[in-house]
Amino acid sequence: MSAGIRESLRGLPGPFFGPYGGRFMPESLIAAIDELAAAYEVAKADPAFQEELAELHRSYTGRPSIITEVPRFAEHAGGARVFLKREDLNHTGSHKINNVLGQALLTRRIGKTRVIAETGAGQHGVATATAAALFGLECTIYMGEVDTQRQALNVARMRLLGAEVISVTTGSRTLKDAINEAYREWVTSVDTTNYIFGTAAGPHPFPAMVRDFQSVIGEEARAQLLTAAGRLPDAVVACVGGGSNAIGIFDAFLDDEGVALYGIEAAGDGVDTDKHAASIERGRPGVLHGARSYLLQDEDGQTIESHSISAGLDYPGVGPEHAYLADIGRASYLPATDAEAMEALRLLSRTEGIIPAIESAHALAGALRLGRELGPDGLILVNLSGRGDKDVATAGRWFDLFDEGAVQS
Amino acid sequence: MSAGASVATAITGSGALVGYLPIGFPDLATSIDAAVALVENGVDALELGLPYTDPVMDGVAIQKATQQAIANGFRVRDVFTAVEAVRSRVDAPVLVMTYWNPVVQYGVARFADALRDAGGAGLITPDITPDSADDWIAESDRTGLDRVFLAAPSSTDARLDDTVSASRGFVYAVSTMGITGARADLDAKARALVARLRAAGATGPDTIAACVGVGISTPDQVAEVLGYADGAIVGSALVSALAQDGVAGVARLASALSQGK
Repeated sequence: MSAGIRESLRGLPGPFFGPYGGRFMPESLIAAIDELAAAYEVAKADPAFQEELAELHRSYTGRPSIITEVPRFAEHAGGARVFLKREDLNHTGSHKINNVLGQALLTRRIGKTRVIAETGAGQHGVATATAAALFGLECTIYMGEVDTQRQALNVARMRLLGAEVISVTTGSRTLKDAINEAYREWVTSVDTTNYIFGTAAGPHPFPAMVRDFQSVIGEEARAQLLTAAGRLPDAVVACVGGGSNAIGIFDAFLDDEGVALYGIEAAGDGVDTDKHAASIERGRPGVLHGARSYLLQDEDGQTIESHSISAGLDYPGVGPEHAYLADIGRASYLPATDAEAMEALRLLSRTEGIIPAIESAHALAGALRLGRELGPDGLILVNLSGRGDKDVATAGRWFDLFDEGAVQS
Repeated sequence: MSAGASVATAITGSGALVGYLPIGFPDLATSIDAAVALVENGVDALELGLPYTDPVMDGVAIQKATQQAIANGFRVRDVFTAVEAVRSRVDAPVLVMTYWNPVVQYGVARFADALRDAGGAGLITPDITPDSADDWIAESDRTGLDRVFLAAPSSTDARLDDTVSASRGFVYAVSTMGITGARADLDAKARALVARLRAAGATGPDTIAACVGVGISTPDQVAEVLGYADGAIVGSALVSALAQDGVAGVARLASALSQGK
């Protein structure tokens, strides 16, 4: 393609990404969403805001996060060179803090004193509770009852940080209904409360704003890999639930035409079963949680409950920018089953001494497959979006690692 | 068949009582009987809810009822069956209250045609606003259906202007900053919101009416609301009455509520 014809795909402003996105919300919440969007537009262009966020990332998050080459793991990936972007090493243990600190600063700018958030695996909830403690904000986290059980460690972390955790018992009792309940609560408390949304989905301005706050991942990794490997990667791989870590690492590479982008969706028991969370692979466009995007739904438009061993990917929708990138062919979305992800989790643990989050293990499973296709000349960058401490109980049961009679969470 | 008469025809100077019930709860036939019973007991216009998996503006009473309807096999096409059945038995306008995705999946034009053919008056759409509803505005213009948008205490004056101009039938004034469910004290915000809607042009049935919903459950509250608004919308209380005491219970409550007119 000749230079200058195609506009950059980076940093698309929303509210629409092709036919996806928008702001399909109850009128009761529009004033707050508009206020947030306006405040973000001002902050985005304000060097003082950007510097304050960058300083927080240096002195609190621990940015830049490093990249790590994983040669022993890569032996199982067709011998391709594999580098991990180590978002697991951020304070609070995942990429979620990148977005939360940005939105917490915005909360202060718009003068609100309380924050609420939804959480699936608990990583976004922990990051939000952390930022609330740091900034002295009241904090309430909505988490599906199923997830409070499988991610009990993170529930305790949030409470230790001073947040209230509400166990959501409606509907799927996972991330989808945690978002529904947070919306319901936000309607009643919107005068004092900001909703810190955790993923690059939901109504405008969240998909673009969360992408912007997460794009530090790709900006750092692109420069780091150029230094370490002397070239751009053949493939960038990330797991996709709502899609914030994926869009965060993709953004810097969107205009690099030689770099293939792969989002790995949670396939649960398999995309041909009724237990998966592969919204792009097996969903079709519809409106959920404020935006038009791919979603798992029946013929009538009723949302179908997703299934994944990973609480953070257990969501029947996906961010609208991913839907757009899939349609225009700029990114490809592939499934990885529970079993493939758990095998990849164990493999990285044993070959490299890094225990990844189950979410991130889906990206690793994708990298194993892609590496075998690329062969020894391939260069793959994987976003290791979170660490696996929270998942040790799940892994212990999956791999039968507990002594009989030992206390398990 | 042409669309049923606009809901505006049921809103008179003395004020209208609008009753909400979900379709398919506890089952399709009973939900039709219950809707008919509302009209036979003084309700002037009906708002029939389309059960949806992710009802973010609804409180526990309506959530429970609509999720049960879905679990019992509710299908979107049942809406048209219900509207037609109710219209054949009683003479009151029937609006359908629906979240947006089921309409999108059915096809906005196809949904509008089917609702018009069933004799429905139009739609109440709680999770879209006029600025996100180009396709629905076009289809409601084509079919002559009412389109009731919501106004909230948090709405800016400019948005109230847009909502009043985009709505047809009435404007739904959300009484409080909250989701559906009975409340002991109606918010003073409702009165203030209706005053702002009046200023924005919703002066009454001759232009466009302003009806208040969310939190209304007693005859006294109906009377209070009709003191300043054109209509009072009751939902969760009727759903709870149907759940506890069946069609007879919902008929008794409707009769009591209509004393507030």
